[in-house]
Amino acid sequence: MIQAPDLPLWASLLVAVLLLAGAAVTLTGSLGLLRMKSFYDRVHPPTLGSSLGMVLVVAASILCFSVLRSRPSVHELLIAFFLTLTTPVTFMLLARAALYRDRMEGREDVPHDDA
Amino acid sequence: MMRRLVPYPLLAIGLFGMWLLLTQSVSVAQTLLGGVVAIIASHGMRLLRADRPGVRAYRPLLRLAPIVVADIMRSNLAVAKIVLFPRRDRVSSFVRLPIALQSPHGLTLLALILTATPGTMWLQFDRVRRELIVHVLDLVDEEDWIRLIKRRYEALLIEAFDS
Amino acid sequence: MTNLMLAWAITTAQVLIGLAMLCAAYRMLVGPRVQDRVLGLDTLYVNAMLMLVTFGIQTGRTLYFEAALIIALLGFVGTVTLAKFLMRGEVIE
Repeated sequence: MIQAPDLPLWASLLVAVLLLAGAAVTLTGSLGLLRMKSFYDRVHPPTLGSSLGMVLVVAASILCFSVLRSRPSVHELLIAFFLTLTTPVTFMLLARAALYRDRMEGREDVPHDDA
Repeated sequence: MMRRLVPYPLLAIGLFGMWLLLTQSVSVAQTLLGGVVAIIASHGMRLLRADRPGVRAYRPLLRLAPIVVADIMRSNLAVAKIVLFPRRDRVSSFVRLPIALQSPHGLTLLALILTATPGTMWLQFDRVRRELIVHVLDLVDEEDWIRLIKRRYEALLIEAFDS
Repeated sequence: MTNLMLAWAITTAQVLIGLAMLCAAYRMLVGPRVQDRVLGLDTLYVNAMLMLVTFGIQTGRTLYFEAALIIALLGFVGTVTLAKFLMRGEVIE
């Protein structure tokens, strides 16, 4: 599986750095998913992967394909645009569902409607 | 005249751009086809009777964008630090944030900004008391934090949507 | 030579993202509560999408881009539906 596109030195260095940084940020976010103690704490770290991690990986892809085809290749922006719009929506809905369930179970450590 | 032809101009421009990105070409055929699709889709949107985003001023939004990008980058690093080097004294808690912003579209934008930023999560908006429940991962000073959000984001959003 | 460096960098990035997917899968399988599982699934699909983008870079093909886009679309719809389900379709109502 060791394989790579044919890029000039400066481009391959940049692509490598961007990819590794993006992957590291994503891994950190997912690690947070393991390490945090409560659900509401766990919601936060995965946004790392869908914000900074995604931006770095997408930037690597844009750079790689732009150099490969020697013309600007920006269709990856679609992924960035789409993910930036949708992840907040999913996380918000999920957090609200969790809050609703916790209230229904009568937990005391969540804010209630008529406190 | 323009309004009649293209009821939701922003949506139409967005769809047109997406079409060109997806087909990865700017040939005459794809440009025309994309334009037709965008216009038809924005007429379809009119059937849904969605409210127009009542943006009164675009300048505050342009000023908001770099602030948001910088904040997201900064809190990415902050949350990464919390995950990798957990602190004992970190307090995560729910914060009730009084909101003066009126426009529903402005509120939507605020919700997206707060949730897209790692470390803050929009949970619920109380329409009657106009109060927002936000979960903050690393809360240092509640009063300070509320002031920061109101000054940094809400003021600009009020300028853009309400005034 | 530069190619070998880039090849190793890509593979390393894929291993890191693979580990991230394992973390998310663990959350999805272990829970403890249903919302944790859905959160795990959501993270898993975002990570899978990033993995596909790295495959695209590795092979130099744009085919993977379309696959990534479809995963993003389906994942979004899936998580929204699951969140809605958690609100209404539960035993505690």
